Amino acid sequence: MYGNDFTQQPIVEIAEDDADFQAILDADGRIEPRDAMPEAYRKNLIRQIAQHAHSEIIGMQPEGNWITRAPSLKRKAILMAKVQDEAGHGLYLYAAAETLGADRADLLDLLHTGRQKYSSIFNYPTLTWADMGAIGWLVDGAGIVNQVPLCRCSYGPYARAMVRVCKEESFHQRQGFEILHTLSHGTPAQKAMAQDAVDRWWWPSLMMFGPPDESSPNTERSMRWGIKRFSNDELRQRFVDMTVPQAQALDLTLPDPQLSWDAATGHWEYGAIDFTELFEVIKGNGPCNAQRMAHRRRAHEEGAWVREAALAYATKRDAEREAEPPAAVA
Amino acid sequence: MIGSKPAELSPSGQAITWSDSDKSVAVGAYALRLGDDALVLAHRMAEWIASAPELEEDVALANIGLDLLGQARMLLTYAGEVDGTGRSEDDLAYFRDEREFVNCQLVELPNGDFAVTMARMLVFAAYQYELYDRLCSSSDETLAAVAAKAVKEVAYHRDHATRWVLRLGDGTAESQQRMQAALDVVWPYVSELFEGNELVHGLVGGGIAVDPAELRDPTTDYLTTVIEQATLTVPDTSVWHTGGRRGIHTEALGYLLAEMQHLARTHPGAPW
Repeated sequence: MYGNDFTQQPIVEIAEDDADFQAILDADGRIEPRDAMPEAYRKNLIRQIAQHAHSEIIGMQPEGNWITRAPSLKRKAILMAKVQDEAGHGLYLYAAAETLGADRADLLDLLHTGRQKYSSIFNYPTLTWADMGAIGWLVDGAGIVNQVPLCRCSYGPYARAMVRVCKEESFHQRQGFEILHTLSHGTPAQKAMAQDAVDRWWWPSLMMFGPPDESSPNTERSMRWGIKRFSNDELRQRFVDMTVPQAQALDLTLPDPQLSWDAATGHWEYGAIDFTELFEVIKGNGPCNAQRMAHRRRAHEEGAWVREAALAYATKRDAEREAEPPAAVA
Repeated sequence: MIGSKPAELSPSGQAITWSDSDKSVAVGAYALRLGDDALVLAHRMAEWIASAPELEEDVALANIGLDLLGQARMLLTYAGEVDGTGRSEDDLAYFRDEREFVNCQLVELPNGDFAVTMARMLVFAAYQYELYDRLCSSSDETLAAVAAKAVKEVAYHRDHATRWVLRLGDGTAESQQRMQAALDVVWPYVSELFEGNELVHGLVGGGIAVDPAELRDPTTDYLTTVIEQATLTVPDTSVWHTGGRRGIHTEALGYLLAEMQHLARTHPGAPW
């Protein structure tokens, strides 16, 4: 038996300014579960990885909302596989957090009691089929821009989980683009459905990169620790630059009249983002915050008897094995 | 013994002389019967996603749903080709009404709690395993190929359901009570699985289809073993529901189809 013994290791704490630790980070090396690390680094990572995991499992809801109504069997299969991928991402991420000494059940409890957050983007409703396209293209697209740098994160298990997550997200993004491309080149009603979805999801997608750099409190330390590689605004700009030409290819309009190409900087300029909306959604006042949390808590509570039964069954089997005489060794 | 043989059935293997075109229509109808079972249960599995008791189970139920949906897509596609109507998988899934669906009633039952879902999966996977295991030797190459792929998937579904029925049956007092109640819910729908009709019996004679009656004993044996090992009791029912193969369904199917079909029907002919 090997590989699951991380949490039995004593956690070695070191000072936040430990020279050896910083030297590993400065050399772009990886911190692994058994390595000594500052307590604040460990706690910061557990929180970030857990919130990432929570986002994956809450994110199953808005898309799960359309599986039973998918308009073709092929789309239904793709959407089921995509939502299943998100559950898988949640699993790897909770497992990565467990290598730091956290426990999945405790992390879920923090989510269910509102003490840990998930990405605010999932507090918006999915109102039409085109939202499956817009989420894949814009939300997963923004997710990829955020997450690709995490593949080089200083914490090994998180970085390696992100390599796989990003590969799958890249497929999700392309399938979202393809849904919108099909709708945009379909009937007038389908095209209108696609444009409406892009109109609703564009600004929330830009907010996924978080508050502007001047008001983002954790950035500096996370960068020094190699957990974060680029600032919120840098990543947001990268997303806009990537997305504008794709919108043109889709023959859909991004709902920002100030969007314009700046030849001097080589970037697309975009209009002011209304961050008061983001802060309201973070506070819990978005359209679906209460609904998403109620659904998650209900699924967890309704499953309690199943988890208890599995545990009771396993305990009985363990007791039986212990009662058996050891097998003769040849 | 699960249920009794309905009296109106002709003996299996009865020789029917069909023209080639009649035979093609019959093969299409048979593929549709198998495909509708998989399609409707795939839909029920999909309803669990994001609501399962554990994250691992969200993944597992989605996987089983995807396997069933894959089977449905192959079977519906073949049904529309072989019967000469040129209907696509989507024509058949989205543009038929309730009375044209020929799935068994078991698969359309609402999910209920996790125990009902597992009881249904145990029964259906045990049946499907025996069915596909034999259909691998069908003289129809397409059906044989579908069965050869599906039997491997269904072996996992059966194993998954078996393990859960054991855990829930021999878990806590509450889980045992729920698991027994779940078996009681699904049991009246079991016997329908083993019913044939003239069409199926004609195809059995030609080496194309599997005689459903032949599946009754091996399926029942498997179920009985699991149920007893799970410290549960095989339900004693005197009521056997039937009619699905003739398009007579429970009320639940109408709602399922309303949800599944509404978007496709709102935009007939549109590409997706």
